Amino acid sequence: MTLLYPLQSLAAHPARLSPDYRSTVKRSPSRPLIPMRHTLSELTGPVYGHETVRANDNDLTIQAKGEPLGERIIVHGHVRDEDGRGVPNTLVELWQANACGRYIHVVDQHPAPLDPNFTGAGRTQSDDRGYYKFITIKPGAYPWGNHHNAWRPAHIHFSVFGHSFVSRLVTQMYFPGDPLFPFDPIFNSVTDEKARARMISSFDLENTKPEWALCYRFDIVLRGRNATPMETK
Amino acid sequence: MSNQRPDGITPSQTVGPYFKYGLTPNGEYEWNDAFSNNLLTPDTSGERIRVEGKVYDGDGAVIPDCMLEIWQADSQGRFSDPQDKRALPNSSFKGFGRCGTDKSGGYSFDTIKPGVVPDADGKPQAPHILLAVFARGMLLHLYTRIYFDDETANAADSTLALVPADRRATLIAKKTGGNAYTFDVHLQGDNETVFFDV
Repeated sequence: MTLLYPLQSLAAHPARLSPDYRSTVKRSPSRPLIPMRHTLSELTGPVYGHETVRANDNDLTIQAKGEPLGERIIVHGHVRDEDGRGVPNTLVELWQANACGRYIHVVDQHPAPLDPNFTGAGRTQSDDRGYYKFITIKPGAYPWGNHHNAWRPAHIHFSVFGHSFVSRLVTQMYFPGDPLFPFDPIFNSVTDEKARARMISSFDLENTKPEWALCYRFDIVLRGRNATPMETK
Repeated sequence: MSNQRPDGITPSQTVGPYFKYGLTPNGEYEWNDAFSNNLLTPDTSGERIRVEGKVYDGDGAVIPDCMLEIWQADSQGRFSDPQDKRALPNSSFKGFGRCGTDKSGGYSFDTIKPGVVPDADGKPQAPHILLAVFARGMLLHLYTRIYFDDETANAADSTLALVPADRRATLIAKKTGGNAYTFDVHLQGDNETVFFDV
């Protein structure tokens, strides 16, 4: 069965049942998924109007009266498909913990301070070539109850749409060189080392803003339509 | 560097337990919603319906931290996406909705009964809504389809035909009166919903 969006691309994803991440045990299907041919329903996807994203929604440091605490950073990158084409005008949403590793979500009871000047939510639309940019605060690591002394490496959650409903992606961006990588079952649910590396941003000195903010680059690769051969060097 | 062919897609990671203030704030957090669970616009034509239900885990416990997204055609079977090369919709109906589950695992969407969309061979499909399910404990979202129990076209639908007969009912929303349909999602267990490998 040849699909416009080949299923082979999905091999990069984690197994839904990854028992080291305990919550997957009761939240993953036990029966095999049913293969089917993509129809127009799968091959189309939502398009956004200008009403979805407001002017400063991509700057998480100016949403409150004062400036949030923590290390100000620029996070930017290219949304493209696996054929190397930029994905223009697509919605990119992010959410994250504050510099102390605390989310404003009411369920988060980690005894680290909330920051009244930081919500941790942002969104933007990629430009006509597929590039996006956020200004935010470097999030902190935080403990969670998965196992004894479990800590999540610092990360930023990303939600991206792409060309169709089957190119939808929710992922997490990590920071280079994090010492918590070997111990995190969510990060390591991606078993292929090269695929894991694609979730790690790179330090981008060139686009750092002197006297103001460091910069990290995070490119996002979505499923592409039927791998048309491209020139590679 | 960016012009080189990537060596693969970015892997999925769980939406986690704390997405609500960013993705489905719904008035509970100081952030506006990009999307809502009400897809209706004043100029939307078609049969107005509500699809509602609960999401359950493998123990039969409700999942209060789940996010559901739907994608569907308008009442004439057209998608609000220029990639659908047929006649463009004439209303502001977008066909996309998002809803976080509440404390009892419940969700609802106000929308319209979608029209007929062709399958991969050009044959008509029964009216259906695509549903994507995200939650803590799910490293990768799941896709399923919502069909309707009052549609005779279900019998000839090429996708439903792929599903073992004894599991087909998990894909069919039941009319519960008025314009409401119930569609529960079971991630695992005896009543496990059929999910598609797409």
